[in-house]
Amino acid sequence: MEAHPANLPAPTASRAGIRLPGIGTGVGGGMVMLYLSIIVLLPLAAVASEAFSLGIGHFWEQVTSPLAKKSLELTVVCSLIVVVLNGIFGTILAWLLVRDEFPGKSLINAVIDLPFALPTIVASLVLLTLYGNDSPIGIHLASTRAAVVVALMFVTLPFVVRAVQPLLLEMDREMEAAAASLGAGNFTIFRRIIFPNLLPGLGAGVALAFARALGEFGSVLLFAGGLPDTTVTSVFIRNQVESNNLAGASAVSMVLLFASLLLLGCVSLIQRWAIRHDRSSSEFIPTLAKDVGGHGGGN
Amino acid sequence: MSANPASRWGLRFLGLGYLTLLLLIPLVMIFYKTFEDGIGPPLDAVTSPDGLHALKLSLIMVAIAVPLNTIFGIGCALLLVRHKSRLNPVIDAVINLPFAVSPVVIGLSLFLLYGVGGWFAFVSEEGLKILFAVPGMVLASIFVSLPFVVRETVPVLQEIGTDQEQAASTLGANGWQTFWKVTLPSIRWGVAYGVVLTTARVLGEFGAVTIVSGSISGQTQTLPLFVEKQYQNFNQTGAYGASLVLALLALVTLFGMNLLKRKEDA
Repeated sequence: MEAHPANLPAPTASRAGIRLPGIGTGVGGGMVMLYLSIIVLLPLAAVASEAFSLGIGHFWEQVTSPLAKKSLELTVVCSLIVVVLNGIFGTILAWLLVRDEFPGKSLINAVIDLPFALPTIVASLVLLTLYGNDSPIGIHLASTRAAVVVALMFVTLPFVVRAVQPLLLEMDREMEAAAASLGAGNFTIFRRIIFPNLLPGLGAGVALAFARALGEFGSVLLFAGGLPDTTVTSVFIRNQVESNNLAGASAVSMVLLFASLLLLGCVSLIQRWAIRHDRSSSEFIPTLAKDVGGHGGGN
Repeated sequence: MSANPASRWGLRFLGLGYLTLLLLIPLVMIFYKTFEDGIGPPLDAVTSPDGLHALKLSLIMVAIAVPLNTIFGIGCALLLVRHKSRLNPVIDAVINLPFAVSPVVIGLSLFLLYGVGGWFAFVSEEGLKILFAVPGMVLASIFVSLPFVVRETVPVLQEIGTDQEQAASTLGANGWQTFWKVTLPSIRWGVAYGVVLTTARVLGEFGAVTIVSGSISGQTQTLPLFVEKQYQNFNQTGAYGASLVLALLALVTLFGMNLLKRKEDA
């Protein structure tokens, strides 16, 4: 996710006369490509091949079948709602963590990453207990679309917070002071100064959260269940595999894969743009990388 | 922007309220629900033969996937940062793929590759069972956790620069000597951070493993699959007992992440 190493001025090993194992001989590169091919590329190629094995017409038929279409619409709509909510609350939380002081702040800061570390099936189980039919606080969401939204909110919460936080930390507060001295109110300062500066982080965080939400499985499974109205795309794919419609499962998988790649492409563009305009210090890049890295928990 | 007291309290109310409902109460709930009927039932579930087997299998996943991805991750990061090649952008893009793909799709991909009629079906025909067996689950775990060590090591390698490695080489160190004595010690906290994330992901992986494993009790169940099965069998205490084990591991992970972040920054 970081700026591509090739774009950075650091000298390469051979030019600087450094000897490191496997570098410069081609052996290292060959082994890396071999590993990536066996683990990642060949399996995904098998999905692509299966998706189009019966021709593009059949592919389209599978993707636009009523149930597939319904699951894709549900997933996209819920994911959009979730990223808007987490965009707002994530920015508020980042602001609290950077600009506010309150007891327990460092604990809160650590807990933000919990969804990255907690297995998604555990998240699903506990959300079900809390907001399910036996809800101790009287909120019944199990097996509704609201459950899909809540589950996705849980797993994508850290993305925006962790993308916005470093930008807020680095921001030059003199600009705000200047605006205030010129008579700008808080809302104007936020809209004209803070928000534009946070935009690259917010955009990247939202795109990452969206990509994650589109493919989410474990946290939705128990809580939202597999009713026709609450079957998200990943659950739909699992059902197709279980009923042995592998071509159908693969076709819908390709749609998901394409959408996620598009979003990750957006994140790269935003980061490149941010570097070029020096909106943020170099700090922005490793931190974001860490966020992507923080997928943790497994779904 | 120095928010006036009213809006400051408003933001605190919104932000912390959201966090409480979404994260803090659920976290407390895991502990509460596990011990609702005392320590006996959850302990029995976790120490039942199936429970112990699930724990063992989860540890086997970690024992295989984490070292492999760590070695690969360090090597790949070295290659990306220290060696200019036209392949680099390709490798960089492929590394990100596991983040872009839904775990269910990852499971499906292995299912297709090693299943009947798949390109690698011959492996099973030769007698090494991949699907509905441990090897397939290991492959799924490696796939989903592949990017972490690379992603954490690359920025650290860029940051430390090449001066010390150059000095070592000038003084006659060979490749491995330079790596063990100069490079690795300087990137160790970054690598460790990546290892923590890899471990957490492997322990918690559900979607990809559930597709390739078939989730057979006592045979192909890791802890997260055990949680689901217990829940489906209406054994909530059992599901919570295993969930608590996973949640405690997640808290250890969080603690480790914070510790390593501080070491990295120091």
